[in-house]
Amino acid sequence: MASIELRSVGKRFGSHEVVRRVDLLVEDREFVAFVGPSGSGKSTLLRMIAGLETVSEGEILIDGQSVARVPPAKRGLAMVFQSYAIYPHMTAAENMSFSLRLAGVPKAERDAKVREVARALEMEALLERKPRALSGGQLQRVALGRAMVRQPKAFLLDEPLSNLDAALQAQMRLELVRLHRELKTTMIYVTHDQTEAMTMADRIVVLNEGRVEQAGTPLELYNRPASLFVAGFIGAPKMNFLPAQGAEGRTLGVRPEHVRIGEGGELAGEIVALERLGARTYVHARLTDGTRLVAEAAGDTGVREGDRLAFRILPEGRHWFDGSGRRVT
Amino acid sequence: MTRQRHRVRTGPLMTPAVGMLLVWMIVPLLMTLWFSAQRYNLLDPGGTAFAGLENYRDLVTGRALWVAMGNTLLLVGAVLAITLAGGTLLAVLLDREFPGRNICRLLVIAPFFVMPTVSALVWKNMLMNPVFGLIAWITRSLGLGAPDFFATAPLAAIILIVAWEWTPFAVLILLPALQSLSKEQREAARMDGAGAAAMFLHVELPHLRRPMAVVAMIETIFFLSLFAEIYVTTAGGPGLASTNLAYLIFQDALFEWDVGLASAGGVVAIALANVVAIFLMRVVGRTLEAER
Amino acid sequence: MRTKWALAAAGWMAAGAMFFPLLWMFLTSFKTEITAVATPPALIFKPTLDNYAAVLERADYAQFAANSVVVALGSTLLALAVAIPAAYSMAFFPTRRTRGVLLWMLSTKMLPAVGVLVPIFLLWRRFGLLDTRIGLVLINSASVLPIVVWMLFSYFREVPREILEACRMDGATPREELFHVLLPLSKPGITATALLSIILCWNEAFWSLNLTTVRAATLTVFTASFSSPEGLFWAKLSAASTLATAPILIFGWISQRQFARGLSFGAVK
Repeated sequence: MASIELRSVGKRFGSHEVVRRVDLLVEDREFVAFVGPSGSGKSTLLRMIAGLETVSEGEILIDGQSVARVPPAKRGLAMVFQSYAIYPHMTAAENMSFSLRLAGVPKAERDAKVREVARALEMEALLERKPRALSGGQLQRVALGRAMVRQPKAFLLDEPLSNLDAALQAQMRLELVRLHRELKTTMIYVTHDQTEAMTMADRIVVLNEGRVEQAGTPLELYNRPASLFVAGFIGAPKMNFLPAQGAEGRTLGVRPEHVRIGEGGELAGEIVALERLGARTYVHARLTDGTRLVAEAAGDTGVREGDRLAFRILPEGRHWFDGSGRRVT
Repeated sequence: MTRQRHRVRTGPLMTPAVGMLLVWMIVPLLMTLWFSAQRYNLLDPGGTAFAGLENYRDLVTGRALWVAMGNTLLLVGAVLAITLAGGTLLAVLLDREFPGRNICRLLVIAPFFVMPTVSALVWKNMLMNPVFGLIAWITRSLGLGAPDFFATAPLAAIILIVAWEWTPFAVLILLPALQSLSKEQREAARMDGAGAAAMFLHVELPHLRRPMAVVAMIETIFFLSLFAEIYVTTAGGPGLASTNLAYLIFQDALFEWDVGLASAGGVVAIALANVVAIFLMRVVGRTLEAER
Repeated sequence: MRTKWALAAAGWMAAGAMFFPLLWMFLTSFKTEITAVATPPALIFKPTLDNYAAVLERADYAQFAANSVVVALGSTLLALAVAIPAAYSMAFFPTRRTRGVLLWMLSTKMLPAVGVLVPIFLLWRRFGLLDTRIGLVLINSASVLPIVVWMLFSYFREVPREILEACRMDGATPREELFHVLLPLSKPGITATALLSIILCWNEAFWSLNLTTVRAATLTVFTASFSSPEGLFWAKLSAASTLATAPILIFGWISQRQFARGLSFGAVK
């Protein structure tokens, strides 16, 4: 149970600024995702919260207390690493209880706690196994279990699903959401995958080059992206960007589902590719001025490659951005 | 991303190792330099006196240093050539698939793990002895007479022994290096039409270049101080025929008890080794860089 | 198929040629002194264990062997004790000087032993270390130390950083991190390093020959004593040599890959 507050936090490696003046308040019990491309500073930010990385500027507060002088283990946080970082010479149970052992918790109590967590994660059968006898998904559970055993104030998760295959990822996403609901703790989740962030988080923080581009609920980000960067990063397929006619330097953004085909539209273009997904089809077109445009169409749409068609942009789907990439309302 | 520095004091962790090596290196080094400028013989009760460059002059004007130096370089050069060529061939051979390959590998590297005094004695007595040795028996059976290796070609005999001991070392380093060559790179070369010879010349040999340099330099360091093999076979003889720098210094020091002269020889040996060391450090330093 | 058998023939011939002197030594150790020097060399003979009995009966053989064991193990333990903290520190808390220190350590290996023979001899004599096991242990551990540090350093560096971070999140002090996680994790690497160091110390000849005579003399010195012309005891020499070689050869075979890594200072993995 913890709120985590960042006050103009910055990080420099030598002269290289990785994180620049980030202000953020993560509320108690909130599930927040940090998303951004690699090098955006999201992992560094997480590691600073964990205490694995020193803070160059600003300060971090957990439950209102500055943690500048608090070592990682004393911050009451647990971390799940991308590589899981399971100790290979210990069984699953030993891995999970290691922190308790270091803290001097008696063995009976440790065992009870490990069993309780294992039950919650449905992995009781795995407890006596060594890591090399576990699959990727099972290792993932051990890593989660190790974090849960400590009953932390908050969980920090660093791309925990990126080493799993797609089916397992989808399953673990649901499971993490369930855990978050049941454990009622704060979670900070770092990912480069916007789908993960959209499907799991209460709130998403989009980072770019060490700065917060926008923080908000998934739908806020999707419906009202604050910048070209966020607009392009959130949503798949990507938002279309068209040079705005008449307004110099401005850009018009429109998501594929807000483009209609062949209804006397204002844009004309040639179909260059079709992505048929069954339930719907993404139509890729090259407009007369050379710009690319993706439109969403019905699954059984009759358009074919090479067709020359007209496109219309729905008024409610228009996003305007100025020359510096900021949203214009 | 750089590794993070925590607040751990590295001093106490490093001190024992650094201290030990510092004492081990600096103190004797300085003493060697100091003694080399002294007139100091343990048999001479007159004690020590400053001699300036006298010891060096004695060394340089005498014949022994030059013969020993020549022998040292010949020994290093010849053994290097044999072990590198032989080691490369054996490594390439053992890198191929054939029945019993792993056993062959063990047999080939075995000589390296044998203590040098044993190796030298086995060769000196049981193989190269002019009367009872196996080689003498073979040559006699072929009507070639029995060569007395240690009398007629002592240096060559020592070169043979040392090459036998150290070819396995080359294999030990070069074989894993060869096996680290990616399978796909070989397959690509095969698709490009490379036969066995072309594969060796254009793919394997270039890949081995750096490990070979490392082998050459490490061997050089060891060969410059080669001692036990000479000690148990020829004792440097006949005359100076198989005396190298190491053995010369040993004789000056522990037979003649001439500390000054032996130390001057030591300084020469150190200088020689440093030339090699500079190259080796450069190669290793680059490896360290590449790893980062 | 044909090339495979040609390869096998070549491989076995090469292996046979390289191994032959050792095989010959092994065979000779089971001959009587008479058959050992027989011409033509005896390939078929009635094997005897007399030589081994004779060697083992010699009171001083046990002492040489004991010295070898004590010196090899002692030097290795001392080197490990000194090297582990240093390698740990350099692998996980590198400073600007780490690279320089590592290369400097390696450079001490470049110092030819003969270059410092005289001062070491005089110092050892001054401090009563001549012909003592402790004297030999000191010098051997110093001379294997750079190799031991390098090998441990390269093994430690392979431990994933996230594991150690997880350890810190779990609340381990650096000491607990070292003993509960790092050492158990690098046990194979430490074992290999120890084996390599034992082999090098066991076979070390220069310092044993020059700094010991009787009390602390090792098996290298013992076997060297057979070089004196008065004794043509080849069968006994062979038996003694086989005894001195066999254990270390087995260690060598076990740790051959690590040998490459340790002696090439990281150039070969």
